[in-house]
Amino acid sequence: MQAPPPGALAPRASQFVPRLLIGVALALTAIFVVVPMAYIFHRAFAEGWRLFAANVLEPNTLHAIGLTALVAVLVLPVNIAFGIASAWLIARFTFPGRKLLLTLIEIPFSISPIIAGICYLLLYGRQGLIGPWLIAHDMQILFALPGIVMVTLFVTAPFVMREVLPLMQAQGSEQEQAALTLGASGWQVFRRVTLPNIRWALLYGAVLCGARAVGEFGGVSVVSGNIRGQTNTLPLQIELLFNDLNVTGAFAAATMLTLIALVVLVMKTLMEMRRG
Amino acid sequence: MSITIRNLTRRFGQTEVLRGIDLEIRSGELVALLGPSGSGKTTLLKIIAGLDWPDAGQLTVSNEDWLAKKAQERRTGFVFQHYALFPHMNVRENIAFGLRVLPAAQRPAEADIAGRVAKLLHFLQIDALAYRFPAELSGGQRQRVALGRALAIDPEVLLLDEPFGALDAQVRRDLRRWLREVHDATGSTTIFVTHDQEEAFELADRVVVMGAGRIEQIGRPDEIYDNPATPFVARFLGLTVELPVVVRGGRIEAEGLDISALTLPAHPDGPATLFLRPADIGLVPDPRGSYRVTELSSTGALLRLRLEGPADCSIEVETPRRLGQNLAVGQTVLLRPEAGQIFQQAAPRAIAHAA
Ligand SMILES: Nc1ncnc2c1ncn2[C@@H]1O[C@H](COP(=O)(O)OP(=O)(O)OP(=O)(O)O)[C@@H](O)[C@H]1O
Ligand SMILES: [Mg+2]
Repeated sequence: MQAPPPGALAPRASQFVPRLLIGVALALTAIFVVVPMAYIFHRAFAEGWRLFAANVLEPNTLHAIGLTALVAVLVLPVNIAFGIASAWLIARFTFPGRKLLLTLIEIPFSISPIIAGICYLLLYGRQGLIGPWLIAHDMQILFALPGIVMVTLFVTAPFVMREVLPLMQAQGSEQEQAALTLGASGWQVFRRVTLPNIRWALLYGAVLCGARAVGEFGGVSVVSGNIRGQTNTLPLQIELLFNDLNVTGAFAAATMLTLIALVVLVMKTLMEMRRG
Repeated sequence: MSITIRNLTRRFGQTEVLRGIDLEIRSGELVALLGPSGSGKTTLLKIIAGLDWPDAGQLTVSNEDWLAKKAQERRTGFVFQHYALFPHMNVRENIAFGLRVLPAAQRPAEADIAGRVAKLLHFLQIDALAYRFPAELSGGQRQRVALGRALAIDPEVLLLDEPFGALDAQVRRDLRRWLREVHDATGSTTIFVTHDQEEAFELADRVVVMGAGRIEQIGRPDEIYDNPATPFVARFLGLTVELPVVVRGGRIEAEGLDISALTLPAHPDGPATLFLRPADIGLVPDPRGSYRVTELSSTGALLRLRLEGPADCSIEVETPRRLGQNLAVGQTVLLRPEAGQIFQQAAPRAIAHAA
């Protein structure tokens, strides 16, 4: 909701400072964001459509795209469920350790993902705490899909909760209580009263979570083991191609990631417009 | 549905919010829970609705143990102080909510729901608002919608938490009369919470006065108004003038007091406290009077006076302005109370009088 514009008699401020600031902001955005992004596309297509297509369809890159999508698809529902549940718990109940829980869930915001990766290595690795037990039971977590998913879950844990919590706190519990007295079951209360209130925040958090899951590099690079065509996600594949001096290949893969980012950006903007 | 409450207790951590509530409400009665802020009115109402649970005690409704029932099964109509309407549903959808969430076997057909909602909208005089959203309604309109939503499930027990708390005086008076009509038309057993005594007395069959988690008095409005049972009730009902007196041989004695107009029930001999409403005290200018006027101000209809009496006692009284035209600052007067209540020894209260 926007404040209405002031009436015609409102005093007119000087336009110089705002214009200067807008100009500076635009210039910086161009230098730091637009030019590099445009360059990615330029390089990717520099040697023509055919080569671009060949690079994207290269089996290892294609596999990396598929793996990245799979990780996102696995991580998203878990984090949506976790985010709603934890936000609900924190918004509706007072219990010992509530503040602590909030802090714990937000830790991934402040910890470098690579530290998460190393923790997993120390826990599940060959010499790790429960690594030998896992090996004895023939369970592979590190250097395989489970490890990648787990690290990504860790890194993206706060996104949904953080978006949903403020709305739940603002809504309070009276609407839910009213629904209860009207005979609604727990699920009906959630479905018809709680969820509609948080739906845009939830979608927004999910989009952010998805974008992060797709782009995660540091944590995943530690636990994935960088096996080409097996455990390389798209960001890892890009780095690998780049180190191979296959610049066009790297840029082609990078365009895929950038496209995803652009789609997310558009969705995010649309949602912010909806949310007002 | 008759409601029986026995020895109900509720604690939040260390604080006892309800300390043994005993209450009996007859079927079809309209009862007001009256009490100051924090006295536990909302807590009691929520326990009856199943939104909160006591630590001890019993709650029986029509011979059924309601503490064994969840809120959904009790089907009480609950109206929240701040309405708690569902903001993403329009007025019709809000009112239809309780019907839509019924299990498929009991849920009326969509046309029946629409008909029922239309009837309620008409009954509540809000037909024109059917497709508005809560954010587009005034406070009084929201209140009506909230009541409509509660009535849609045909509740036999209707609970309202300060239903008119957030509205202006005129709207309050209109809705009050209207709530009485709604109650009479639906035949439900109704409990409403208020801290406005005028509202409680005008609307209710019986008034329950609560203070600090206890029931101080239960009775018909006039009964409570004329005979407050405890010093707490007396103060809460505006008997704010407290005078120390001595009862001797059944007669009240106090300096500067003419009690010839006062009829009180018999009281045992000894020191006591006389509770009076500021407007129930006649002022007779008298050079031998022991109360002296120290301040005098007018509110238009009333004169408000501060009097200083024996033993540094200072009291505030009111009198219709046209009766007080012969009063002036510095004058001495005799007090002639016309109604009041006497209690053995009231716990002192800060603003009552500086003794
Ligand atoms: N969830 C809670 N946790 C802790 N204390 C509570 C809780 N709910 C109520 N209380 C306390 O219980 C006491 C009674 O509260 P309640 O809401 O029943 O009062 P009330 O009579 O409805 O007051 P008001 O007129 O201000 O609404 C208050 O002192 C309040 O602080
Ligand atoms: Mg209350």
